[in-house]
Amino acid sequence: MIFETAFWLPIGIMAPLLAALCTFLAPQRMSPLVTMIGAGITFVAVGFLSASLVRNGPARHTVGGWGAPLGIDLAVDGLAALMLMLTAVVGAAVALYAYGYFNFSGHGEETKRRYASFWPLWLFLWSALNALFLSRDVFNLYVTLELVSFAAVALTALAGKPDVLRAAMRYLLVSLVGSLFYLMGVAYLYGEFGVLDIDQLKKTVTATPSLAAAAALMTVGLMMKTALFPLHFWLPPAHANAIAPVSALLSALVVKGSFYILLRAWLEIFYPLSHTGAPYLLTGLGGAAILWGSLQAIRQVRLKLLIAYSTVAQIGYLFLLTPLLFVKEQSPIALSGIVCFILAHAGAKAAAFLSAGAIQLVTGDDRISSLRGLMQMQPLAVVAFGAAGVSLAALPPSGGFIAKWFMLHAALAHGDRLVAAIIVVGGLLAAIYVMRVVAPLFRQPDDAVLHRLTLAPKTMTLTALGLAVLALLLSFAGIPVMEMLSIGAVGILGIE
Amino acid sequence: MIGTSTLYTLAGVLLFGMGLYALIAYPHLLRKILAMNVMGTGVFMVLISIAYQGPTQRADPIPHALVITGIVVAVCATGLALTLATRIQALTGSARLETDEEA
Amino acid sequence: MQDRDFNRALQADDDTRLTQSRLLVLALATALVAGLAAAAITFPDDFGRLAPLALDSLPRSGVLNPVTAVLLNYRGYDTLLEVVVLLLAIVGVWAIAPTPRIWFKTPDTPVLATFVRLLLPLMMVVAGYMLWLGADEPGGAFQGGAVLGGVGVLWAAAVVWLPRAGRPFWLRLLLGAGVAAFVIAAVGLLFLRGNLLQYPPEQAKTVILVIESAAMFSIGATLAMLFIGGYPRREEAK
Repeated sequence: MIFETAFWLPIGIMAPLLAALCTFLAPQRMSPLVTMIGAGITFVAVGFLSASLVRNGPARHTVGGWGAPLGIDLAVDGLAALMLMLTAVVGAAVALYAYGYFNFSGHGEETKRRYASFWPLWLFLWSALNALFLSRDVFNLYVTLELVSFAAVALTALAGKPDVLRAAMRYLLVSLVGSLFYLMGVAYLYGEFGVLDIDQLKKTVTATPSLAAAAALMTVGLMMKTALFPLHFWLPPAHANAIAPVSALLSALVVKGSFYILLRAWLEIFYPLSHTGAPYLLTGLGGAAILWGSLQAIRQVRLKLLIAYSTVAQIGYLFLLTPLLFVKEQSPIALSGIVCFILAHAGAKAAAFLSAGAIQLVTGDDRISSLRGLMQMQPLAVVAFGAAGVSLAALPPSGGFIAKWFMLHAALAHGDRLVAAIIVVGGLLAAIYVMRVVAPLFRQPDDAVLHRLTLAPKTMTLTALGLAVLALLLSFAGIPVMEMLSIGAVGILGIE
Repeated sequence: MIGTSTLYTLAGVLLFGMGLYALIAYPHLLRKILAMNVMGTGVFMVLISIAYQGPTQRADPIPHALVITGIVVAVCATGLALTLATRIQALTGSARLETDEEA
Repeated sequence: MQDRDFNRALQADDDTRLTQSRLLVLALATALVAGLAAAAITFPDDFGRLAPLALDSLPRSGVLNPVTAVLLNYRGYDTLLEVVVLLLAIVGVWAIAPTPRIWFKTPDTPVLATFVRLLLPLMMVVAGYMLWLGADEPGGAFQGGAVLGGVGVLWAAAVVWLPRAGRPFWLRLLLGAGVAAFVIAAVGLLFLRGNLLQYPPEQAKTVILVIESAAMFSIGATLAMLFIGGYPRREEAK
């Protein structure tokens, strides 16, 4: 039994959940220890699951033994496994960083007490994300979406200042409206087709008005949560004002969760509508997001706002190739490009936020003008930011580069020159905003600043550096990712 | 010919739209939270009307269960949102999202 | 005090004039409603969707109330996550608000406190009855939990007794009991029977009742704590 893939599916959800419960029940000082144990078990489960997937192929778990359509099924395929692994790696690195961050002597007692909630909230978030990646039921996905939003909003609010509370409130409202749009879509799907399981829906959907309504509702709702232009307005204040480890989790993982559902929904439920203009509309919005987000990032005075606007821009890439997902020849390459982009962006963006957090702790503010000469003071954090920047700007060798190479390949093969041009221009704009940050770092520091500075703990700078290096190493991941995605590819590309 | 259950579906859709309008149009947080609840009620009403199978047959229990789950989630969302709103009110003296320079 | 500020701000906000931007929002909302309505009237009404399957499977579910069967058996996993949502909401509220939202003071007359003392055991019985009833008739953990939540709010308002420390263990246990029972049952059954939450058919009703009882107390406690907001701390009450 325990050698079957299906057995490990729910463990990846239950282990962090049980750990979250324990951090809630046990005294708060034990939270880091409990988190470590829970994270360890989750890591083992995700590892077993992925290894078993590679060896034995995709697997399903019928919760309660009922099976779809009456029960709820969980399933793992290559795409889901990649997301699970991403969450485990980035999440564990961020947790390590958070441990250093919270123990930093610069925080007051009151602040430290509030930060203690980070551990249960992060474990709840992890469990919810894993549940989201594995669920095959559209209503169950709604519940996981809400879990993700609640945890993400509470994590955002941990910083406790008025600015961040307003940002968290706006985030919560947008997120809830997005969920309600999604839930209305679920109602339409059930009303029309009478099932909630994605595989059952895949077999029964036809292009009816109700399917179009559900597609519109769910796409708009998930666009809000993913912060696709022009529904991105809530993201920069929330991501920029949260504490650094939370910013990293939000930008690297949380927005990807809702995108993941959107991707699956279009590939597996809304595919009869692929010949309408909707996929091209998403491409247009994606292109607009890249240009608008990059230009805003270039204008920013504060480092974390710059990184947050960079997220707005980079989310655009995820939508740029939507129509190509439905073209048989280009689909695998387009999908590989998108997934490589998710992985590379998660690593690089988490590294960028984490190194920015380390820099902010020592300089006391996050204005770009205060970054002068930090190379001499915080070489590790600066190198981490630089390496993350290489991937964000998609320079070789980096995960960002390989992702864009896939994307360009698919776009040019299909003759979409405009899309290719946007990918190239977006890369140039990213190089500009990365250089705006990196250039002052290497200048000669003011003497007055030199004496003021304290060093950030090594746990913080090293984890940031580790993630940035990982984002670079992803340049070798192109082929493995493609092979992973082909496991259960029928599940993803069920268009015959 | 529009049946009873379709009428309820349409009313649910209308509530959804009204809630959406109020949520975007009015700046006070309490109004936004109430509007969100109206939207949610609209969705629940659509689900309930889908469950109706005529006077002779038992109603479909699946949407009923979904609505119970949805209500609990909505209650939690409201609790979380009200906590945030009162906290913002306590710290800034205003229960609105936009700051003075924006307004 | 806080409440009065809130109300004043709300009245100042009674401006419901249709400005240009609101007109735009209204137009968008109207278009959305029209589109959704056009699609909604095309729902087929001559097929039972999952209803026949759900009703036919009732004998294997351990209960007679179809909604309870869906909530606790067919789609028990949804309900597990939903109980997690409740716990997560409390963790979130405690992370955001370090002080209670409502400032309780001991009422001047003992009427309310006496009333609550009398009412409390009665309402516990009502909640328990609703839970028991839920297996076969409309009712269940959520309805019972809502009754308990009401009791909790009254209790807090009458200040019959509030915990002194910030997060006493018994309160956390009460709040976490639902998730604990659900997760332990789910993982235990995973090891015993190979699937998460796969009940043995003969004992299904017992397992459901145990889970529901724990969930009911947690739901009641969570609702009351969401109302109170923040940690209940008596010494801070003015």
